[in-house]
Amino acid sequence: MVENRPWLTFISHLVLIIGLAIVVFPVWVAFVASTYDPKSMLSGVVPLTPGDQFFQNYYQIFVEGLSSAGAPPVGLMMVNSMVMAMAIAIGKIAISIISAFAIVYFKFPGRVLAFWTIFITLMLPVEVRILPTFEVTAGLGLLNSYSGLTLPLIASATATFLFRQFFMTIPEELSEAARIDGAGPLKFFRDILLPLSRTNMAGLFVILFIYGWNQYLWPLIVTTDESYYTIVMGIQRMVTVPDSEPLWHVIMATVLLAMIPPVLVVVFMQRLFIKGLVETEK
Amino acid sequence: MATISLDKVRKVYAGGVEAVKGVSIDIADGEFIVLVGPSGCGKSTLLRMIAGLEEISDGEIRIGDRVVNRVEPADRDIAMVFQNYALYPHMTVYNNLAYGLKNRGEPKDEIDKRVKEAARILEIGDFLDRKPRQLSGGQRQRVAMGRAIVRKPAAFLFDEPLSNLDAKLRVQMRIEIKRLQETLGTTSVYVTHDQLEAMTLAHRLVVLNHGRIEQIGTPLEVYEKPASTFVAGFIGSPAMNLIPVKAKDGRLHLESGEGLDAPDGFGAEHALLGVRPEDLQVDADGAENADALSLRMKVIAVEPVGAESYVHGRVAGVVDDVVVRVPAKAEFSAGAELNLKASRDRLHVFDAANGGRLNG
Ligand SMILES: Nc1ncnc2c1ncn2[C@@H]1O[C@H](COP(=O)(O)OP(=O)(O)O)[C@@H](O)[C@H]1O
Ligand SMILES: [Mg+2]
Repeated sequence: MVENRPWLTFISHLVLIIGLAIVVFPVWVAFVASTYDPKSMLSGVVPLTPGDQFFQNYYQIFVEGLSSAGAPPVGLMMVNSMVMAMAIAIGKIAISIISAFAIVYFKFPGRVLAFWTIFITLMLPVEVRILPTFEVTAGLGLLNSYSGLTLPLIASATATFLFRQFFMTIPEELSEAARIDGAGPLKFFRDILLPLSRTNMAGLFVILFIYGWNQYLWPLIVTTDESYYTIVMGIQRMVTVPDSEPLWHVIMATVLLAMIPPVLVVVFMQRLFIKGLVETEK
Repeated sequence: MATISLDKVRKVYAGGVEAVKGVSIDIADGEFIVLVGPSGCGKSTLLRMIAGLEEISDGEIRIGDRVVNRVEPADRDIAMVFQNYALYPHMTVYNNLAYGLKNRGEPKDEIDKRVKEAARILEIGDFLDRKPRQLSGGQRQRVAMGRAIVRKPAAFLFDEPLSNLDAKLRVQMRIEIKRLQETLGTTSVYVTHDQLEAMTLAHRLVVLNHGRIEQIGTPLEVYEKPASTFVAGFIGSPAMNLIPVKAKDGRLHLESGEGLDAPDGFGAEHALLGVRPEDLQVDADGAENADALSLRMKVIAVEPVGAESYVHGRVAGVVDDVVVRVPAKAEFSAGAELNLKASRDRLHVFDAANGGRLNG
């Protein structure tokens, strides 16, 4: 579309800039807050320009942790969150692409039943089934472990459903041509379905990584051992610290750090995602 | 290279649709067989059973002297070209051709040699590094052919491979497929609903209707002596005119009263007289002749197609329009009355009840 209407351009940019300011401002305040000493944040006036405590604050949270807030060092929590988010994202993609493959390409008794069973679990997110899930997880001795943090969140109806829909748009002749070319089911999956699903996987990875990273309720329930705390839990614990004022400078620094991995995932995967969108075709 | 033989092959789909109702054909080594018939007559089903993509409900298929009913497609030593080409979209042309050979564990240099050879024959050498989406329809078609010929299979199976191309390219590829098949001498089974494609490609045609074979024969045999009204109507364009007649006292009578001598041994009472548009002549004087068919036709429309024109008109007692082929220069206008004549040896007589051919 070629248009030359300066006013329209001006107004649309203005709207975008205002929108951006609204989104960015809190992040900026968080950053500013993370660069002051504790007293400044409690003085009642929130400063808008960075202070001089940047290095001290970040050193403190990274290495020492906040013993008074009952939270381990941020570094450890970041690692835990990372492990959890990666395991959930990769696990979900792996499981759901395999289930979708089975449902679309194989005829087995109970295939339709299997699909609908998976589909119905869409209605049962973790929060709804939290008691029985906890019971099972505890029974298997998975409390305070990475497996306990991730496994119950891995089965995914949404992703299975997305892959199923995608597979159904792939012309049947493609699998037939592969069959004639001597590719068995596993070879077909590896050589043809997986490469064709690259963009879908990248897109899902972004969504699922953020989903995993932002998990709060489930980690809170299955972990009692500090060494398995995740960053989102950690922030919450710091805010609700008993018998003292929250240390806002530290909390804000942690918040900013916690934002970095999801942002990186979005930025990095988006490029791959768009590249894939442009390059693949059926 | 191999023979293919089908013995009373049947296919009943899960829903109970009987798509192929007992088909037997013997295909000679190196023969080019075309399965032709209207949409839904079971051509694709039959081809896919030969390929091994559909289970055979009943009967037996042999490739060479091996019964292949329970053999996987990959082990049948066949290659198939699909209507939508079914190229692997994420692989380069080279890898599309090489994939089947890789899966068979051919050595790398042998694969390379064969891919280059196929690319040379099909003139796709310049595109080997491209992805299918970077090719035109005709080029994709060639790649699909290439994927079939690199394998050096015992038989090629084609399922309407040209129907996604524009008319000009279709003619060009048709000639190329014919040339390729003659050069390689590979037994081929080709499915199409286009009777012209069928006529030009086939060594022998198999005309299918509702899952049954109506006729097997060389294109000329099928054209000259259609075994049934179905074949008569399907092969040849415009279609053969079919005129209902009544037999009486050794003569065939049209509803409009004209008549001619019945062919020898003609027993039925009701018959259909078939006459191709090119066998009808416009006759100025209109004198009746016991040895020829004569008709009076009222012109409805004239269709010029360049080299010739088709005159459509109505004849008393005939439901469908009667079509006559005339030279392009001849001028007729709607509403005109024409006398038409066809010599007796150009006439086809069919049983009105079952459509079977009655004259030799
Ligand atoms: N997978 C299927 N399940 C049920 N019926 C089918 C299936 N495939 C084809 N048919 C039916 O079988 C008949 C023949 O189909 P097909 O062989 O594709 O015809 P053609 O290729 O001659 O157009 C049709 O009536 C079609 O509806
Ligand atoms: Mg078909």
